[in-house]
Amino acid sequence: MKRKTRMWSNLSAKIASVPMLVTAIGVFVLCVVYSIALSFTRSRYFPKFDFIGFDQYVRLWTTDRWTVSVSNLLIFGLLFVGFCLLLGFLLAVMLDRNIRMEGVFRTTFLYPYALSFVVTGLIWQWMMDPALGIQNVVRNMGWESFSFAPLTSTTYAIYGVVIAAVWQGTGLIMCLMLAGLRGVDREIWKAARVDGIPLWRTYIFIIIPMIRPVIVTSVVLLSISVVRVYDLVVAQTGGGPGIATEVPAKFVIDHFTERGNVAIAMAAATMMLLPVLLLVGPWVYNEYVRRVRA
Amino acid sequence: MTQTNPAVARGRKPKKMSPARYGLYGLLVISATFFLTPLYVMIVTSLKPLEEVRLGRLFSLPADITFDAWIKAWSTACTGVTCAGISPGFVNSVQITVVSVLISVLLGAVNGYALSFWRYRGANVLFGILVMGAFVPFQAVIYPLIVFQREIGIFGSLAGIVMVHCIFGMPIITLIFRNYFSSLPEELFKAARIDGAGFWQIFLRIMMPMAVPITAVAVILQTTGIWNDYLLGLVFGGRDNQPMTVQLNNIVTTSYGVREYNVNMAATILTAAVPLVIYFLSGRFFVQGIAAGAVKG
Amino acid sequence: MKTSRIALFASALMCSTAFSAQAAELEVIHWWTSGGEQAAVSLLAKEFDANGQDSWRDSAIAGGEQARAVVMQRILGGDAPQAAQFNNSRQFEELAEADLLLDLSDLAKKEKWRDVVRPKSILDPCEIDGKIYCVPVNIHSDQWLWTNKAIYKEVGLEEPQSWQDVIDQAGKIRDAGYIPLAVGGQGWQEDLTFDDVFMGVGGKELWNKVYVDRDEDAAKSPEVAKVFETYGKLRDLTDEGSAGRNWNDTTSLVINGKAAVQAMGDWARGEFVLAGKKAEVDYGCVPGPSRHPVLTTGGDIFIFPKQDDPEVEAAQLRLASMLLSPDVQVKFNTAKGSSPVRGDVNMASADPCMQKGLALLNDDENIALPKNAILSSDTDGRIQDLVSQFWNTPSMTVADVQDQFAAILQDGS
Repeated sequence: MKRKTRMWSNLSAKIASVPMLVTAIGVFVLCVVYSIALSFTRSRYFPKFDFIGFDQYVRLWTTDRWTVSVSNLLIFGLLFVGFCLLLGFLLAVMLDRNIRMEGVFRTTFLYPYALSFVVTGLIWQWMMDPALGIQNVVRNMGWESFSFAPLTSTTYAIYGVVIAAVWQGTGLIMCLMLAGLRGVDREIWKAARVDGIPLWRTYIFIIIPMIRPVIVTSVVLLSISVVRVYDLVVAQTGGGPGIATEVPAKFVIDHFTERGNVAIAMAAATMMLLPVLLLVGPWVYNEYVRRVRA
Repeated sequence: MTQTNPAVARGRKPKKMSPARYGLYGLLVISATFFLTPLYVMIVTSLKPLEEVRLGRLFSLPADITFDAWIKAWSTACTGVTCAGISPGFVNSVQITVVSVLISVLLGAVNGYALSFWRYRGANVLFGILVMGAFVPFQAVIYPLIVFQREIGIFGSLAGIVMVHCIFGMPIITLIFRNYFSSLPEELFKAARIDGAGFWQIFLRIMMPMAVPITAVAVILQTTGIWNDYLLGLVFGGRDNQPMTVQLNNIVTTSYGVREYNVNMAATILTAAVPLVIYFLSGRFFVQGIAAGAVKG
Repeated sequence: MKTSRIALFASALMCSTAFSAQAAELEVIHWWTSGGEQAAVSLLAKEFDANGQDSWRDSAIAGGEQARAVVMQRILGGDAPQAAQFNNSRQFEELAEADLLLDLSDLAKKEKWRDVVRPKSILDPCEIDGKIYCVPVNIHSDQWLWTNKAIYKEVGLEEPQSWQDVIDQAGKIRDAGYIPLAVGGQGWQEDLTFDDVFMGVGGKELWNKVYVDRDEDAAKSPEVAKVFETYGKLRDLTDEGSAGRNWNDTTSLVINGKAAVQAMGDWARGEFVLAGKKAEVDYGCVPGPSRHPVLTTGGDIFIFPKQDDPEVEAAQLRLASMLLSPDVQVKFNTAKGSSPVRGDVNMASADPCMQKGLALLNDDENIALPKNAILSSDTDGRIQDLVSQFWNTPSMTVADVQDQFAAILQDGS
């Protein structure tokens, strides 16, 4: 009798997991395999399985737009993740120092996260407009040589995108870090004070190692949005000036739509997937697959 | 990680304001300025008539407050032949968001629960794949998904766009629920099993009532995520389900002679209003929810 | 009267039990969202609704690239619109090859499209494997300079007649406080300017050798180097706000007297008209710029993705027929600032700028196929990326960009 219920219950668990199974296997495995397969063909708008080997990859890596996209992603990724972590941590620390109106400040730092990338891109495009934005205001105040129009320069445009993204993403990190700080045992603080350890040392050498899980989660969340960055660029710069702010995701989308070259789009998508598999794969395996629940 | 109330900070309130604390407040105010400036600019600009906008005084208050831009953005701005503003997109976005959030959060909760307590064979591998899925760029699967949705005949329908949101939301929501349920004492589950409760009974009677805070986090994350989506709506929405973000981009890119920045700003604020309201109302709750479990690696 | 007869014929053909055509709603995707364009497309919608049977369901998507992408995805996803705008180009070639488009050959034969459409080459991109798959609605040429007459008068200069003039005059115009050449810093606009420089500096023969014949020596020739060189010199003529600016925002700089000149297709005319400006009084239009201007015959066409419903198909044919009817051709093209695709309509009401264009179109010597009708979307896009990169990277040498240019043309289809 008991055995039977157990089997039935287990069956319920399995049935309940069907959507997950379909998503994991159907989408994240089969669709990905399908995409990778297409990258070895000559497909234009529609799939055509005429395998031609690595031609698309050769072309991809000899295309400036792609190499610029990749280096932009690296620059963007490093700066975005770095600044979000740093600012997020500093803001969280400040909020954690028994301040007045904490709720007001917290909401202020967090609200941009509620905005879409399209909205974020549009606002910052406007703020960085040379004729109507911040630059013009400062110049009107008398500082004639002031210059803040990163989006007009091929060198600095990507940093303009980083500013917008950091503005949008820092709040969430601040929130996570704050939650982490609040979880730290009060005894630690007492002990540090008794030992006469300066505040900054306590934060760097004691607190940061203790909130490591929060930092890992933050890095994971930020990395996900780095790989996917698309809307922000489309709304803020459209990839320009020239190809200065192109990103891989945009390369993929443009090529399987407007450009009518699905094969090279999928080759690019595969290249985007590769670092994910190589870097995140082992981590996920370690963290979630191998490890039995503690 | 213990549950703490982040609204109550640790330690005594310092009695006197030291120079260091003035510095602290100074830094906070500077940071707040950075975060608030764009919102301020948007609101101020949307209330100015166009001639005033073109003077390029970004930060000045409107000399002559007018709500014309708001009315136009909401109901009369044109895209092509249609001049209905972004209001039709609002309805679409509400529809897409409500249905997608309900289904995806429910799925994520069931997944997290099954993974935490009913570790059937292969569950970990499945979960591993799913977590990897969070990192898969949309672009790598959009194309085959279009083909797949065509085969089952739901491409371009509400069902189609909801399905896509459920798929792409599943990894993160499942992760959140799994982590939360894993942190619950297993004795709780065992006791219920001994009492003869089955899979769904335990889920509905015991687990979900305990998971209210984390469910709130999941709902907030999904609501803002789906509301703010642009790419998926554009591709999978078809003619009738274009979300507000897509219409916003249409209206902003569309211009009748001269670019109407005030209308663009008003449209932008209107598009952002729903997630903003959610945040302003639930900011504290959101932080609590994260503290309660989302953070646990 | 004519349209309903065709509809009758068509529906009788498709569905033998139908005796009369029934109403159908057609969803039309297009990217006509600027002021002048909106006026023109509203005219089409109104006209189509007025036939009493059908209705036009408008789906405007800002940006040609975005709109075409959506059409492709929706056709791929089996949720095709009933009609969609494309450029008169090879953009829809694969759709026709995959048999996803409605064959308009019978209608074309019946209405003698081959005879009425002018210049004849305009129908060529529509014809794939001997069948007609699209209906051209207008001719747009990229090779136009739009000038602000008042600025030239104030500075005391003649309107430029060549790219060299534009470069030579820049200093004086800049000194007077105006932008010598307004450019919208989006890939396609930079590419359009490049095409204009190519045609103006290199000429039609070089154009055909490089793009149509894919002559590698021509692509590597000093003449093409000269084109890139001239194009590169234009970089300094624009303003700081150029990056990412829309074409019509750029046109307003000329309209509002901030910039002297913009190189833009003839659709820019619609913006001037909308602003209440008079051709050759307030604003000037210079074809080319060249002493022997050559215009590319681009433009817009409509395709009609295949539908299962014979009634819808009949309505699609009604729309196709309407788009090419003389009356609609005149009204629509007058509103949009483009040239009609028929030679047999009366365009006496057209303003001086349009008249200039019409006169040039009458002689095949003055016309050439646009790049996107010669090259595949993929290759065309690669050239655009390259040109845009060159425009925005002053440190890039002419030799370098020319090598890549020639390589893409050899490699691509």
